[in-house]
Amino acid sequence: MARTHSRRNRMNAGEYIWLAILIVLAVLIIYPMFWIVMSSFKDYNGIFKDVWGLPTEWLFENYKTAWDRGISNYFINSVIVSAGTIFGVVLLTTFAAFGICQMKSRLADICFLAILGGLLLSPQVCLMPLYMLLKNLGLKDTYFALIFPYIAFRIPVSVMLIRSFFIGIPKDLEESAIIDGASFFQIYRKIYLPLSKPIISTVIIMTAYYSWNEFVFATMFIDSSERQTIPVGLMVFSDGLMTNWGVVMAGMVIACLPICILFILMQKSFIRGITAGSVKG
Amino acid sequence: MTQKRNREAFLYILPCLVVLGFFVYYPLVMNLIYSFQSFGMSDTTRDFVGLANFKKLFSDEIILTSLKNNVLYAVISVIIQVGFGLVLAAVLEDRVFQKVSPFFRTTYFIPTLLSMTVVCLLFEFVYNPQMGLLNSFLELIGLDGLTNVWLGKSSIAMYAVIAVSQWQSTGYVTMLFIVAIQKIPRDLYEAAEMDGAGKIRQFFSITVPQVKQMFFVTMVITVVGAFTVFNEPYILTSGGPGTSTMTLALHMYQTGVVKNDMGYASTIALLIFVITAVLSSIQFITIGGKEDKE
Repeated sequence: MARTHSRRNRMNAGEYIWLAILIVLAVLIIYPMFWIVMSSFKDYNGIFKDVWGLPTEWLFENYKTAWDRGISNYFINSVIVSAGTIFGVVLLTTFAAFGICQMKSRLADICFLAILGGLLLSPQVCLMPLYMLLKNLGLKDTYFALIFPYIAFRIPVSVMLIRSFFIGIPKDLEESAIIDGASFFQIYRKIYLPLSKPIISTVIIMTAYYSWNEFVFATMFIDSSERQTIPVGLMVFSDGLMTNWGVVMAGMVIACLPICILFILMQKSFIRGITAGSVKG
Repeated sequence: MTQKRNREAFLYILPCLVVLGFFVYYPLVMNLIYSFQSFGMSDTTRDFVGLANFKKLFSDEIILTSLKNNVLYAVISVIIQVGFGLVLAAVLEDRVFQKVSPFFRTTYFIPTLLSMTVVCLLFEFVYNPQMGLLNSFLELIGLDGLTNVWLGKSSIAMYAVIAVSQWQSTGYVTMLFIVAIQKIPRDLYEAAEMDGAGKIRQFFSITVPQVKQMFFVTMVITVVGAFTVFNEPYILTSGGPGTSTMTLALHMYQTGVVKNDMGYASTIALLIFVITAVLSSIQFITIGGKEDKE
């Protein structure tokens, strides 16, 4: 195939210009990130006096300093909040999608619409009442002040994704299970869950991506720095370190690592998830 | 039998509805009520003030500045992310770039992975007047005259803030378009090529009409994103210098949290809600329509 097109594949002038544009754009994207990684190994003078240069001496201890000076705490908080959110989202949304698929009445459509309606709302719109609600419940400044709203705001898109996957599961599996006397929960547990691993992993990735990077709730609902997650903690951290830029940048790199690793390991599911609902976190 | 089954199925849906009701729909209703009230964050009672907050909304000059900035945000984002993003996707999906395309599209997508905080801190280094990458680069290529205090001058600060979002999100929108373009049947292009249609002609007569749906979706995402933008101005400029980079969401936050006027902040939230709900219901209908077809 490629051989027969080899004549067509020779590039003309316009295509060379486009290639140049693509390369310039790639540099614009990559270079700032590359610069952060390089500078994270430098000290103040190394960055200030030689902005473009590579580190003359690689200060790996910047990473240790960043970790010890507070990043470890924020990192662990983010892990706890993300894990709690993922657990809640997977449990609740697989249940709901299963229920919607099993229900044989118009109520199913109404429930589905009520869930999808959440897509209409930007988190910013509920910020003040949500703050008061969490305060009155005594949840403010706890991990739950983030976990509950995160779960709530991930429900619509997750149910949407899982439901459309569930619909594709052949009904005969389920029917023979019912004849064998399987209960509702057994059908969910033994048929739907095991068959849905691909979509569940997509939902897990999307939820992790969202809860790891979320900023508005994290800055509003958590006051004490012992419980702050990494997006907010990083700002506190960088304010506290003033011009100790190398360490700040080491903190930034650490903050990005989990999601970048997730992306490298599961690029396909990641892109499928982020494009499927077309709803950015 | 079916009724029992339905009742049991409903129990599976219920937890989701409860969580959603409690943390999304209830706050939305409360927001409407709050917008007629006046109270601070730690008050236990809330005073009913009628339409006072709405009167304030229409005479508040910062609202006007914010709206102007949000509109500017939306216009630039639509041109760059949606307009240029579509062109970029079409170029990357062209057969000529088949081999290099995976590298470029992944590269462009990477900023989407980073949290807003990291991106903003990164751009604080880019825009830094003393050692920032941008000024250093301009000096390096001899354009010293163009160096600037990017975030500190009210005439350009908003553009500098908007540029950050373009850097982060263009690759994401491009990826959405790539996915849409990959679904277009190849033979459409082959037929057009046989008829002697050039690349530009193919783009406008095949690609654009075929990705109409995605075009619509990205448009709504981008515009809704522009009207709810908070993180970038909050982290980079806190709305300053003066109020030159204020946006609706940031104004709401500052009114509620800094000025401790939760009632008026809720009124601003209501304004954001009206704007974004109208825009997202368009998306909602599009996604719903797409699902029925499949």
